[in-house]
Amino acid sequence: MIEIDIALARPGFALAATFTAPAAGVTALFGRSGAGKTTIIQAVAGVVRPDRGRIVVGGETYFDAARGIDLAVERRRAGYVFQDARLFPHMSVERNLRYGERRARGADAGIRFEAVVELLGIGHLLGRRPHTLSGGEKQRVAIGRALLSQPRLLLMDEPLAALDAARKAEILPYLERLRDETRLPILYVSHSMGEVLRLSDRVVALKEGRQVAEGPVAEVMSRADILPVIGRFDLGTVLDCTVTRHDEAYALSTLAFAGGELRVPRVEAPLGGAVRARVRARDVALALARPVDVSVSNLLPAVIEAITPGEGPYADVALAAGASRLAASVTRESVERLGLAPGLTVWAMIKSVAVDSRNADFTVPPEPSA
Amino acid sequence: MLTPEEWTAVVLSLKVAFWATFWSLPFALATAVVLARFDFPGKSLFDGIVYLPLVLPKVVVGYLLLITLGARGYLGQYLAEWFNIRLIFTTAGATVAAAVISFPLTVNAIRLALEAVDRGLETAARTLGASRLDVFLTITLPLMLPGILSGALLSIASALGEFGATITFVSNVEGQTRTIPLAIYSATHMPDGDAMAARLTAVSIVLALGALLLAGVADRQIRTLIGRA
Repeated sequence: MIEIDIALARPGFALAATFTAPAAGVTALFGRSGAGKTTIIQAVAGVVRPDRGRIVVGGETYFDAARGIDLAVERRRAGYVFQDARLFPHMSVERNLRYGERRARGADAGIRFEAVVELLGIGHLLGRRPHTLSGGEKQRVAIGRALLSQPRLLLMDEPLAALDAARKAEILPYLERLRDETRLPILYVSHSMGEVLRLSDRVVALKEGRQVAEGPVAEVMSRADILPVIGRFDLGTVLDCTVTRHDEAYALSTLAFAGGELRVPRVEAPLGGAVRARVRARDVALALARPVDVSVSNLLPAVIEAITPGEGPYADVALAAGASRLAASVTRESVERLGLAPGLTVWAMIKSVAVDSRNADFTVPPEPSA
Repeated sequence: MLTPEEWTAVVLSLKVAFWATFWSLPFALATAVVLARFDFPGKSLFDGIVYLPLVLPKVVVGYLLLITLGARGYLGQYLAEWFNIRLIFTTAGATVAAAVISFPLTVNAIRLALEAVDRGLETAARTLGASRLDVFLTITLPLMLPGILSGALLSIASALGEFGATITFVSNVEGQTRTIPLAIYSATHMPDGDAMAARLTAVSIVLALGALLLAGVADRQIRTLIGRA
């Protein structure tokens, strides 16, 4: 387990974060740039020193301001994957990979060179120099180098941010394998909703150095109070679904969730597979009676739980559809015109095409961690 | 081609340049590291003193060496008394003069190279379990190699050309302190010295060009070696 409770102040920036991360699985640090995500993992690595608080990883105290403990960077065994890879230019790929491995002698050598090379598919690169590698290859080597240092945890600082969409798609499956095949806690810094939904189990949402929310991904990403972190456009709910049908003729899939069914554009997942579907509040419309003759293919009966007038024209409507929560963003004017009020049963309309896989709304979530 | 007297000057020049560089390089490296990486009270003053030989008239540097390291100098008298080291009129003295004059150039070249090393790579190495010294030896130093090489070549070039401090400190003694520039200076004072001055000038040009070409080749090799091609 990773316990983090730190605070620091620098000119123009203050950070306070308190959370725990499980002993295995991915915990995402999510927020826009300047939120303090990177500062947190730098503090865990020992590169940045908090003003107060403590950091404990797997029972070992890395930092404790009160007790004057500040373990040296090289003794923390925190595998750090930087956004810009930071491979040593004067060494071959193999020597880069061995750099941490050689210095981890004496540590429990649980992660073997051959296994890492196989996991990341970098066997053909071993003799090459870093400057001859593509961005995606560099990042895979950097991940391997961190793994071979026999780390107690992995710190990943937006490892995909510097890559184009094609390279991202190339690396994501490796990150999923990494998550599923190593029993390491991973702190994953990202500003991408899609990456967080796809890779992580838990999320810590940050805004300008302040921790806004923390908890399981589907829960946190469905909360209305993370609006300041993600912005109104992305506000919505995350539904844990199972694929029940593929309709090849129309290229649609049917997903079952606790509140009913969703018909959506074809999902690349097997029948019975688990996917996370993200429904933006702005893509949910409400009707008092079951609409007829509309193109919208998802009509779900739902009960209004709460209505919160937002800024400007908006009102946030919280809905219960069966056992699932949904959020709808409508105008305050509509609330008045339809006489929407808590307790009222309405029909929630979700356009299939609004839940578009291009926006990484569909993601294969991790195996539930034991 | 060259007279024995001229050969003596050429060999002496190379010897002085080599040993001056050899002995000053470790100190220049240490000084560059201190200046580039450490902060301490009085750093500006230290910085100034290191670069002083570059801006002072060379004759002044030579004179300062004379009154400190000369036979009756503040330190020189003890060097002679305790270690039997005499610098006046000797090759050792010429080497000291050349080393002192070239020192700031060497420091500067190494310092620039050190400041160009990506500190992110050093951080990465530390997260991989390397101590500070380990990082310096395996990451920083190899990446600085082009700078150290160019510092060394600058040092050799400036030592080969050293005149003012040498002639002031250790005088113009054939076979001991008469390097190529001093020999040319002497030749211009001899009634039939024109030919000798011309030959030594040609040698100077050949040496300088050779050093430059060598530097280019070595630099390319090192850059390929450290992946900065």
